[in-house]
Amino acid sequence: MAPAAEIVFDRVTKRYAGRDAAALQDLSFEIPAGTFCVLVGPSGGGKTTALKLVNRLVPFDSGDIRIDGRSIRDLAPVELRRGIGYVIQQVGLFPHMTVGANIETVPRLLGWSRERRAARVAELLALVGLDPADAGRYPAEFSGGQRQRVGLARALAADPPLLLMDEPFGALDPITRHRLQIEVRRLHREVAKTVIFVTHDIDEAIMMGDRIAILREGGVLAQYDTPDAILAHPADDFVAAFIGEDRALRRLALHRVGDVPLGPVRGQTPDTPRVAMSTTVRNAVSLMVETGRDAVVVVADDGAECGELTLADATRLLAA
Amino acid sequence: MIADAANAHTFLAAFGFIYHHAGFLAHKALEQLELSGAALAIGAAVALPVGIALGHLHRGSGIAIGASILGRALPIIVLIAFFLTILGFGFVNNMVALAVLATGPMLTNAYDAVDGVERDVVEAARGMGMSRAQLLTSVELPLALPLVFTGVRVAAVTVVATAPIAAIAGGGGLGDVIVNQASYRLQGVLGASICVMLLSAGVWVALLSLQRVVTPHGLATRVKHAGDERKELL
Amino acid sequence: MNAAGPVIPNFGQGSSCETGDHVFCWDWVRAHWGDTLEPRFVEHVELTLIAVGVGFVLAFALALYAHRHRRVDQPIGLVAAAIYTIPSLAIFQILVPYFGLTTTTVEIPLVGYSLVILYPNILAGLRAAPPEVLEAARGMGLRRREVLTRVELPLALPAIVGGLRIAVVSTVSIATIASFLGEKGLGAPIFLALRDAPPFKTEIYAAGALVVGLALAFDLVLVLARRALIRWPR
Repeated sequence: MAPAAEIVFDRVTKRYAGRDAAALQDLSFEIPAGTFCVLVGPSGGGKTTALKLVNRLVPFDSGDIRIDGRSIRDLAPVELRRGIGYVIQQVGLFPHMTVGANIETVPRLLGWSRERRAARVAELLALVGLDPADAGRYPAEFSGGQRQRVGLARALAADPPLLLMDEPFGALDPITRHRLQIEVRRLHREVAKTVIFVTHDIDEAIMMGDRIAILREGGVLAQYDTPDAILAHPADDFVAAFIGEDRALRRLALHRVGDVPLGPVRGQTPDTPRVAMSTTVRNAVSLMVETGRDAVVVVADDGAECGELTLADATRLLAA
Repeated sequence: MIADAANAHTFLAAFGFIYHHAGFLAHKALEQLELSGAALAIGAAVALPVGIALGHLHRGSGIAIGASILGRALPIIVLIAFFLTILGFGFVNNMVALAVLATGPMLTNAYDAVDGVERDVVEAARGMGMSRAQLLTSVELPLALPLVFTGVRVAAVTVVATAPIAAIAGGGGLGDVIVNQASYRLQGVLGASICVMLLSAGVWVALLSLQRVVTPHGLATRVKHAGDERKELL
Repeated sequence: MNAAGPVIPNFGQGSSCETGDHVFCWDWVRAHWGDTLEPRFVEHVELTLIAVGVGFVLAFALALYAHRHRRVDQPIGLVAAAIYTIPSLAIFQILVPYFGLTTTTVEIPLVGYSLVILYPNILAGLRAAPPEVLEAARGMGLRRREVLTRVELPLALPAIVGGLRIAVVSTVSIATIASFLGEKGLGAPIFLALRDAPPFKTEIYAAGALVVGLALAFDLVLVLARRALIRWPR
């Protein structure tokens, strides 16, 4: 199977029976292979509908969706779905099956050998940060966050080139959610799948997405771009309001001081704030505001000074 | 074919029997209702307080489950025969036997109803400073009422439908006719059987309607489906 | 019966215990185990297994159909609830003109009762699968049949076993009433004993204990089966 798939939405329209307004209106955009694409927007924006069109849990009226150039209409829904990982908010683990049996559901449907399945289960449990020895336990014995990890492993089981995630962290507490957000990003770097991720949380979208598609009510695509571009140039008032008035700061949060061209360290007083390379520019600016300085010194892990970031540097970053 | 004709004729005769002996059958039906009502009242007087108290304390689920299993496992014939050996022939023996029969569903449902009142609601009531008695009378019982009533309804229909058996031990009622084919012939037996069916269907419908009326408005959607019983034990 | 002798126990010579109306006579049980209690017990087991077996097959088919076609659920449920209110003695009598004093006459109502107990339980079980579990199953590419066999049926097991427990215990109990029509089942010795004056206590107690013991034994078997079948924590 290809490591990642390219997805094309081509003028997709969906109307639910008995409702006047369209759920999705003429939706067109392309997701390059290997991209983490976040669909975000207010409720009624049709983002979950758009997701479920891809694995044909919801049929669409007109237009087309292509995976690697092939229309999803050309495949039987069952075959299509076995090649797409699917993660939902309530996880939906089978309570009567062990965690291992849950994970190997699709491989079993695909006729993998017992040895291959067992090896895959162990590999996946380790990948999502669980103990491979947990394979014999039942879902009820796990916490919400652990269950979602199992859900993720189950979705990845047959190594699908595409992963659909429908508000996967919506039911988790903030700390667990944040930890999983970071891990899913890490996982994405490791497995390099195409991901379509639905959320209503713009912060999550900005943090997770390589690309963000903002849908407004009536299922109209308001803007589709990288988080940085959207924050820098919101397409219209709706997007501007949706991403919030602190969009400049949000944008700075996308950059780490170590990745920004730094100036030489000028003769500053010894109490000039010092920050690590991994600090976000946003947090560096926050520190400047807090201490009344217009610069911070960036230091490497070994304590060596790498350079200086000034408020002006940050402003320049926003102008880019 | 001949047999079919005979059957059709027998049924016509049964309806003829009902028509000609309407007064007698009505008298017998009333007897049966008296016996059933007395048994139900005694059963309720024992089962409901016990079920409600255990449910309120969230204790003794074993008793509630045991009552429900035993209530089904004890055949009415065995009960009647057993009490007959102790209490002798007649009304009292049958009333006690039927009362035991009625206890099972009422106790189980009353326990489930009170025990199952949502914990959030109980906690909120406690938090507002309600005493145990206030909690029981103004929160738990009103919320439990529909399910408690379901238990009473199931018990009532069971008792009325079972009461004809009492005739074998001098209980009277329509069963007197059903078990006495020698005197009333097949048409009489069938006619009385049809009356018993109508009677128990009537009680079922009447109690279902009554349940609709007495259910608090806010709970209307929670009323368990007709004939719904404890789905699962243990 | 056969040439071994009369079944009526205290007809002719009996022990002093039997003729003296003592509470319980072990010697009678020993003497009549082979000719009275054991054959009636075996018949009772047969009656129950046939009724629950046939009732289960029918209820399962109906529930699967209603699970697919939700529109038929309410009407079937209502008919089922109505059937349960039909008095057993009455329905046995009404069927006699059609099928005579045969096993068929006895089994039709018994099958009917177990059917109406099992149907709502099986249907509730099939619907017990949480919506998100079904969505995940469909999203992973399980076919409808695979969803049924791998997800819905296993998750329905607790409710199905729960229904079977109620059905088996109820059928054991109701089958005693069927003995009024024929000589089959453990109700028969009880009806016979009731015809004596005074009623023959030993026979009533022995047969009664066997009926209740049979019901509880069936229940225990199902509890154990459930424990073996359902291993996931809930």
